[in-house]
Amino acid sequence: MTTPRARSVFLGSLPVLALVVGVVAFPLVFRNNYVQSVGATIGLYSLVALGLCLLIGYAGQVSLGHAAFYGLGAYSSAVLTTRLHWDPWLAMLVGAVLTGAVAWLVGRPTLRLHGHHLAMATLGFGIIMQIVFIEGDELTGGFGGITSIPPLRIGGLSITGDVRNFYAIWAVVVLCVMASRCLVDSRVGRALRAIHDSETAAAACGVDVSTYKVQVFVLSAVFASVAGSLYAHYITFVSPDPFSLAFSIQMLVIVIVGGSRNVWGALLGAALMTALAQQIEKTDAIKDLSDVAYGLVLVLFIVFMPAGLAGALSKGLARVRAQRADENA
Amino acid sequence: MRGQRPHRGLAVLVILLPVVVLVMWGCQPKAPTGPEPGVQPTPAEENQAATPLESGAKAPTGEPVKVGAIFSVTGNNAPLGEPEKRAAQLIQEEINAKGGVLGRPLQVIVKDDKTDTTEAVNAAKDLINTEKVCAIIGPSGTPTTMAIVPTMEEAKVPLVSCAAGMKITNPIKPYVFAVPQTDTLAVAKIIEYLKANRIEKVATIYVKDPYGESGQEQLSTHLSKAQIKILGSESYAKDDTDMTTQLTKLRGLQPQAIICWGTNPGPAHVAKGMKKLGMTMPLIQSHGVANAKFLELAADAGEGVMLPAGRLVVWEAVPDSHPQKPILKSFAEAFRAKYSKDADTFAGHAYDSLHIVISAIEAAKSTEPAKVRDALEKTKDFVGTAGVFTYTPQDHNGLTKDAFVWVKVEGGKWKLAE
Amino acid sequence: MHLADSLLQFTVSGIALGAIYGIVGLGFTIIFNATGVINFAQGEFVMLGGLVAATLVSLHVPVALALPIAGFAVAIVGLLVQRLAVQPLTRSSVISMVTVTIGVSVLLRGVAKELWGPNSVAMAPFSGSQPLHLGTAAVEPQEVWVVATVLVIVVGVQLFFEHTMVGKAMRACAINRAAAQLAGISVDRMNLLAFGLSAGISGLAGVVLAPLTMVSYSSGTPIAVKGFCAAIVGGLGNSAGAVVGGILLGMLESLGAGFISSDYKNAFALLVLLLVLVLRPSGLLGKRTDRGL
Repeated sequence: MTTPRARSVFLGSLPVLALVVGVVAFPLVFRNNYVQSVGATIGLYSLVALGLCLLIGYAGQVSLGHAAFYGLGAYSSAVLTTRLHWDPWLAMLVGAVLTGAVAWLVGRPTLRLHGHHLAMATLGFGIIMQIVFIEGDELTGGFGGITSIPPLRIGGLSITGDVRNFYAIWAVVVLCVMASRCLVDSRVGRALRAIHDSETAAAACGVDVSTYKVQVFVLSAVFASVAGSLYAHYITFVSPDPFSLAFSIQMLVIVIVGGSRNVWGALLGAALMTALAQQIEKTDAIKDLSDVAYGLVLVLFIVFMPAGLAGALSKGLARVRAQRADENA
Repeated sequence: MRGQRPHRGLAVLVILLPVVVLVMWGCQPKAPTGPEPGVQPTPAEENQAATPLESGAKAPTGEPVKVGAIFSVTGNNAPLGEPEKRAAQLIQEEINAKGGVLGRPLQVIVKDDKTDTTEAVNAAKDLINTEKVCAIIGPSGTPTTMAIVPTMEEAKVPLVSCAAGMKITNPIKPYVFAVPQTDTLAVAKIIEYLKANRIEKVATIYVKDPYGESGQEQLSTHLSKAQIKILGSESYAKDDTDMTTQLTKLRGLQPQAIICWGTNPGPAHVAKGMKKLGMTMPLIQSHGVANAKFLELAADAGEGVMLPAGRLVVWEAVPDSHPQKPILKSFAEAFRAKYSKDADTFAGHAYDSLHIVISAIEAAKSTEPAKVRDALEKTKDFVGTAGVFTYTPQDHNGLTKDAFVWVKVEGGKWKLAE
Repeated sequence: MHLADSLLQFTVSGIALGAIYGIVGLGFTIIFNATGVINFAQGEFVMLGGLVAATLVSLHVPVALALPIAGFAVAIVGLLVQRLAVQPLTRSSVISMVTVTIGVSVLLRGVAKELWGPNSVAMAPFSGSQPLHLGTAAVEPQEVWVVATVLVIVVGVQLFFEHTMVGKAMRACAINRAAAQLAGISVDRMNLLAFGLSAGISGLAGVVLAPLTMVSYSSGTPIAVKGFCAAIVGGLGNSAGAVVGGILLGMLESLGAGFISSDYKNAFALLVLLLVLVLRPSGLLGKRTDRGL
């Protein structure tokens, strides 16, 4: 515990530990189903945003089609469990693999190029996928959607209700946060940061730029797919409506507001934006102006905190620390 | 460098946690054991200020009777949710001016689902668990309704939906009821017209959304049963503003009539497109455009359009002897007086669902959700804006095709055509 | 014979539809060239133009007056957006600037919904609704207005960029912002101008569109998506390309819906977008460089 290395490892795992404590405590503190279900929603959004955060913050790429990956996961789970009666976990896995493969097909050609071609391609891809969900009548049930999706099961325990779903969703979020942090601190992460700062320089140092970018994109799509599967088993109903451009944009906003240069930004953004929307709904004075209020808050937020909440916080912290160092000196 | 990163993550998290906890705290019920005195005026007090009590009515007292409402006030379905919300607010005032429900003030808590299924589920849970409502009316759309059905069934709180999808009440779910006229009934009314006018070959065009898809499904099943041939069907996306291509194709099939299934503004574009292409066969629309807005949007291209509609749009033409006339008149006039707008079908859905719930509460003499549900299922001959409702354990929609009248656009106005 | 008639009708309505996409694409291009930002509020500019004009006309203001007033009003909105939301972010990443335009679009939509309500608003056509005939194809007079307006705007914009000092300065910014700054061009002022010009053009487009498409607070986004596709298919940054791309997409949608299936009408334009991005990322009219965004 005394060596700097051990100390750093310990401190490094502290935030995750705190997150775990927070997650375990949340449903115990908040007994209201509604708050728990908002918490679960935040978990789902965090998961999608986490992947998007890696893509934006570490690979410098934007996706406007994550709703499609979220939808692919949800529909894979829904179709495989209700029509073919597969095990939900297997369905989730197959959905994730399928989504990853699709993401690879979309990302591979567009990420070879410089600039934001991925953003444009995913925009088109996202809208096309929503049309596919609607037109794939035989499989997807069209607008009527798929009802009575069975819950996830662990051993003999079926995951129904808000508390169990909350824990299931957040358990996945915690795992993905840990995985992301490992990735960010690894050789791949360093390569990604190099790409974000300067693609040319990174390439000159022998970083295989486009392969790394494609890998991050596929990973972020898989996160979204898993979130979609969890959503399907939680709500037990899927229809094409939620998987729209609006959802993709909502996720982008979450990441930007939360801060894209930090894994925690995704969680911060998801919590803040979801809670904010709920809070606007509950405030009588602005309830009738919810769109205006949401838009205004969003603009003000980005204008005054362009690095996002996480960025602003760590900057503030650094300043405080610098001040203290000055005082000490 | 290596050591600084974890610190940063920790700091962010340390700040994240209180933020979440604080905001969540705000979402918690303010006082779990009854309303806090003096914080918010009760609806009764608000109403005493706004509208005086009607003579003879006793001011409602005691704890409010809470009914939840989930409407799509924003998002894609805003044109549905907005009038629904207005109607619900109007009715709350009216009821409280007349002495409330069970002598207690009525409080309708309206939540916006933003036309989003996840939001709808959260709204339902909030209404059930935080507000402890005895029943919920809405949501406005079929997908949002289907999304909250499991929540309602699990919580055993009755839902009276304002959405028309067949799936909502078929198969029957114990706690789920609906008020809109179904597409099946509208199709039956259309077949009546086609038969009477010896029309045997039609073409259909419908919007790609739950409403259009459901209408198209009902048309293709029931028309073929009635020996009427559908020569061809085309669709358009909800945002499309030009249907020339689709109509050109249908024109080539030479149908005797065109049936269009959609909500504003698409059907107005269809009417305009037909005029542009010189298509003179009758255009039959669905009840989805039975409102003043369609007349405004279609303008002169709307002349001659026919459709099955609830009586609310043509209430002035409904004969005084009709059982629905008094409530149509009073609701339409009150809505007009308060909002300077005509009450449309959707406002009518809010009226019907809310009044049915209220009369079930009165009949059950209780605000216990299970008892309200049982009373709902015994609703008999309830006169609403959409028709006369009779719920049974086998029928949670409660209307017959008499709920519709055949209307036609003449001189830029809706006219009864029977 | 019958097939030929249909083909003609599909083509004619496709061109009218595509002109709309093209003009919105042009709006995207002007802002993108000057600032590198993809403006998500572009559709809202079109929507605002339509709503303002529809209101003016319903108050018996003649169209000839309503058109410039609405265009001017939207241009002012564009200037405000640049000054209040985009300019403060000049030193941040382009992604932040793009996201702020999303916030602006939510805000403008919310304001429009408060002012005009959730329903579509109709506006009387400029010169009646009696259809004209091009051979066997029917055309609404308003469609002629739309195509004519688009032509006038495209020529106007081209002249502006080629023959005025300000236009040339804007082009210089598009080619190399740093170099333009060194040459004494105020990049900041050019950015402001780009937003004003683009918003004004989109506002005008909204006015001529309104009688044809009707307009509601939410009608901006779908049109913006198509306009965005048009800009990319034509080669992002190429203003003539945007218009050509738009017309191509419009015809493709119309013919695709006519001969394949109307169920996939909206997928056609997006499929072409994907194909162009994969096979020819600089756009159909763009130079074959790998510059991208």
